[in-house]
Amino acid sequence: MVKFIIRRFFELIPVLLIAISITFFMVRLAPGGPFTAEKSFSEEAIARLNEHYGLDKPILVQYGNYLLNVVKGDLGPSFQYPSRTVNEIISESFPVSLELGAWAMLFAIVVGLVSGIVASLRPNTIQDHVPMGIAMTGICMPSFVLGPILILVFGLWLGWFNASGWETASDRVLPVITLGAAYAAYIARLTRGSMLEVLPSDYIRTARAKGLSEKAVILRHTLKNALLPVVSFLGPATAGIITGSFVVETIFNIPGMGRMFVLGAFNRDYTLILGLVVFFALLVVVFNAFVDILLGLLNPKTRQHS
Amino acid sequence: MSRKNETIQKSSLWEDSWKQLRKNRAAIAGLIILIILIIASAAAPLLTPYSFEQQDLALGASPPSASHWLGTDVLGRDLFTRLLYGGRTSFLVGICATVVSLLIGVPYGAISGYVGGRTDSIMMRIVDILYTMPFTILVIILMVVFGRNILLMFAAIGAIQWLVMARIIRGQVLALRKQAFVEAAVAIGASHRRIIFKHIIPNVLGIIIVYTTLTIPRVMLMETFLSFLGLGIQPPMSSWGLLIRDGASVMESYPWLLISPAIVFSLTLFSMNFLGDGLRDALDPRFSKGKS
Repeated sequence: MVKFIIRRFFELIPVLLIAISITFFMVRLAPGGPFTAEKSFSEEAIARLNEHYGLDKPILVQYGNYLLNVVKGDLGPSFQYPSRTVNEIISESFPVSLELGAWAMLFAIVVGLVSGIVASLRPNTIQDHVPMGIAMTGICMPSFVLGPILILVFGLWLGWFNASGWETASDRVLPVITLGAAYAAYIARLTRGSMLEVLPSDYIRTARAKGLSEKAVILRHTLKNALLPVVSFLGPATAGIITGSFVVETIFNIPGMGRMFVLGAFNRDYTLILGLVVFFALLVVVFNAFVDILLGLLNPKTRQHS
Repeated sequence: MSRKNETIQKSSLWEDSWKQLRKNRAAIAGLIILIILIIASAAAPLLTPYSFEQQDLALGASPPSASHWLGTDVLGRDLFTRLLYGGRTSFLVGICATVVSLLIGVPYGAISGYVGGRTDSIMMRIVDILYTMPFTILVIILMVVFGRNILLMFAAIGAIQWLVMARIIRGQVLALRKQAFVEAAVAIGASHRRIIFKHIIPNVLGIIIVYTTLTIPRVMLMETFLSFLGLGIQPPMSSWGLLIRDGASVMESYPWLLISPAIVFSLTLFSMNFLGDGLRDALDPRFSKGKS
């Protein structure tokens, strides 16, 4: 198991390297430098800026320097906000995004698991159709549809919540639901599917025959094995929650990394985008590795090939 | 078992599947809604007297009326017209990007599964590595760096989606290669080409159709997502993501500008997912009814 964990972490390096390299070269080889759009700069000023940021050196040297700085944990300055470094911007906005993402994930797991289990206990009855119908709606209502509609109904018409912002505790409710709903729906469907697969197996019948309570049969025996596909979904779900945060933070005007990324994309703030991508890639890849390790712990079969 | 019948009586597989699909009411409803939406989008110029960029500033944002069925937006453009033209964009992106993903994913997966051995493990390792990359983010960067070009968008989205396709096709081909009828073909000296085109491809066609119908909504979602962020289709062109974005920005005063695009887009995703699930039940023997 220790070997598996170590191997899994060594596999992170090429993935991260590819992600950083693709982004770096895409951004650097783009037509027009970061300062060409600014008409206010003179030729001389641009040359000086390029020199200051090391943009006059050959691209491979720049690439090498960037990688070296990334390893040291320095993501460089922001082009758009010259007084701030990318590290500062991330350290300010990451806690906000983390809070939003963690609540959304918790919402997705709790709601998804509970409704999936409830649906699987009486398949093809109303107890199954209602949660699964809602789940299908959740999947077909992407965050950029659900978010505005929630604001319209609960923010503007009913006036229960603020339409945007991130100050009070009640400001968290709508963004968390918007971000988590689709994943709650996926998790509900996955849980139901794998519960239905596990429930007819022999060892469940044995557990029932032993006279265990229904609660123990469901929670201790069935759910433990039915959880595998749900756990493996957590990796993609994290990546999805990060990209989902672009939309949700924009809609609700939340000062997190997602909104910084979208703003950076609009302003063509290449160093900020590059730095955020490195950070996002690190998050996703490390989390994927954790999920794999968790799966390895739950199911020894996955340890050989993964 | 059923797979043997498939190759001996190819036509009956399609008939059987159609019969099974017809019994699935949700899938058929989805199919009908999709056909209506696609025809309406394609025939947009015939269905509406307005053009998608025709403005009427004097009119401004007006609620639904007899002359403008779904109302007009802030610039006085007819929303019904813009929805139809937006459908054109969304379906076009959905279908084209899916074709790109098929063109890369099917040959890649088929070669990997057919050749097997070391080639297979290297090719699949590459897919695994690419799969863990945060690709949505890279597409956004691509759109920012190289301008919001619709052709680029097809290519970029298609280039992400082929990974899933390649994995599924590879699994199928790998399983087929060990089947008795393929071994028999090898034994009587059939060429690789003949085996691939006569024996392998007809048997993976069903799977390809199923995953194509499941890929299209994912691609459309991606396009809408990008357009919603303002990084996809640019005005005055119309797209559903753009309409939802515009509607959301003025929803306090003119809620109808948000509601109808939101309903149409969700309805499309609903229909495609139900149809895809239905086709999977009908064509993919691995999935039985009742399983998600």
